[in-house]
Amino acid sequence: MHLTLEFGGGLELLCQSTKIHSVDVKPKPGQDKLTMRDLLVWVKSNLIKERPEMFIKGDSVRPGVLVLINDCDWELCGSLDTELEEKDNVVFISTLHGG
Amino acid sequence: MEEGSATAKPRRATGRLCSTCNQRKAALKRPKTLEQICRECFYRVFEDEIHNVIMDNNLFKPGERVAVAASGGKDSTVLAYVMSELNRRHNYGLDLFLLSVDEGITGYRDDSLETVKRNEIEYGLPLKVVSYKDLYGWTMDEIVKTIGLKNNCTFCGVFRRQALDRGAALMKADKLVTGHNADDIAETVLLNILRGDIARLSRCTFITTGEDGPIPRCKPFKYTYEKEIVMYAYFKKLDYFSTECIYSPNAYRGFAREFIKDLERMRPRAILDIIRSGENFRTATSTKMPEQGTCERCGYISSQKLCKACLLLEGLNRGLPKLGIGRARGTNGLNKRVEQRNLHSERTGSSIESKQCGTLDF
Repeated sequence: MHLTLEFGGGLELLCQSTKIHSVDVKPKPGQDKLTMRDLLVWVKSNLIKERPEMFIKGDSVRPGVLVLINDCDWELCGSLDTELEEKDNVVFISTLHGG
Repeated sequence: MEEGSATAKPRRATGRLCSTCNQRKAALKRPKTLEQICRECFYRVFEDEIHNVIMDNNLFKPGERVAVAASGGKDSTVLAYVMSELNRRHNYGLDLFLLSVDEGITGYRDDSLETVKRNEIEYGLPLKVVSYKDLYGWTMDEIVKTIGLKNNCTFCGVFRRQALDRGAALMKADKLVTGHNADDIAETVLLNILRGDIARLSRCTFITTGEDGPIPRCKPFKYTYEKEIVMYAYFKKLDYFSTECIYSPNAYRGFAREFIKDLERMRPRAILDIIRSGENFRTATSTKMPEQGTCERCGYISSQKLCKACLLLEGLNRGLPKLGIGRARGTNGLNKRVEQRNLHSERTGSSIESKQCGTLDF
């Protein structure tokens, strides 16, 4: 499944300062759907190069990291259970940096 | 400001409608009210709430010259944008300008100042930069070279607070506004409880402070959630800078911040409730509070003979950089007793004093 992932608010520093990643992610073997829960696991092991605790806490994003799927707050579309679709655009923004 | 194009994919059963206009697709869930709201209604309610806070608290008078403390970060960028917008829309009649502090941190502040310079052009607000080097004779890079990475945030926080006041005075401002948001204030309430700092605990929830001093400062974002500030900046594509200060370990405040964020996830109202608790604390009349006077060297408000900045500066210039580190509640920060107490309190682990990191200086 082709997805565009975007990191902002300082999170890009965890993935070699690249903000936009065009990626291809496959559902877990035996499953035909890819959820945000699966995507976070994939991002953690494939894109995050340092300090994963700044991004992940437990099985979700660290509190204070905002997630938007196609420019919509993920809290409105099911958070971790959101099923992703082809060409979705997922944005992660940290709010934890100074203002 | 160009607004991001709505990626309207008419699928996903969860494409709910805005609870305010019932027409457009909701774009976010408001932490304050749990409403689902579309972008346009969000802009309106976000700006209206700040306008109401400004009006209800009489933050400004027509004709005032107001400095917007601008670090280039998310909060101050949104503050500059919204203040300039509201001033126009509601005819506040304010003479606004951006005020930035250059701490002299290579690779951090020089980059964020570039952001502020872009804001100067985009929002049409003049910019004034005051530097630690000009005000104190030292850059943060030079201070860190002398004192190392322990307590450096104390220097930076104390110096920044005064730098903003001095910059504002230099520019003949009547008021200073800062981008402290609801999350910051809730965090500071908790920290002041954790430190037993009763004087600051009672002050930190005031929307305006320093009204008896030359430049009162106020916080129009006192009730504005950080999540909404970041969402607003994202949707409006505002240009802000988000790199952590390279000198900031910030452990204690970081812990409080994370705790607040955990609470917010479980119950978003927790942030407003902590602020309300802070507002409603009453200090017993028997509690001894530090007396406010002025620094005999620079005239800045101080509860002791010398203000904290002059004390820290004295230490730096005399090669005794630990002078003024730790909590000195005596009458004179320069006498031997206090010096010993400071050294003692440092030994007993007052690393919490290295608190005033980032832009948080209450």
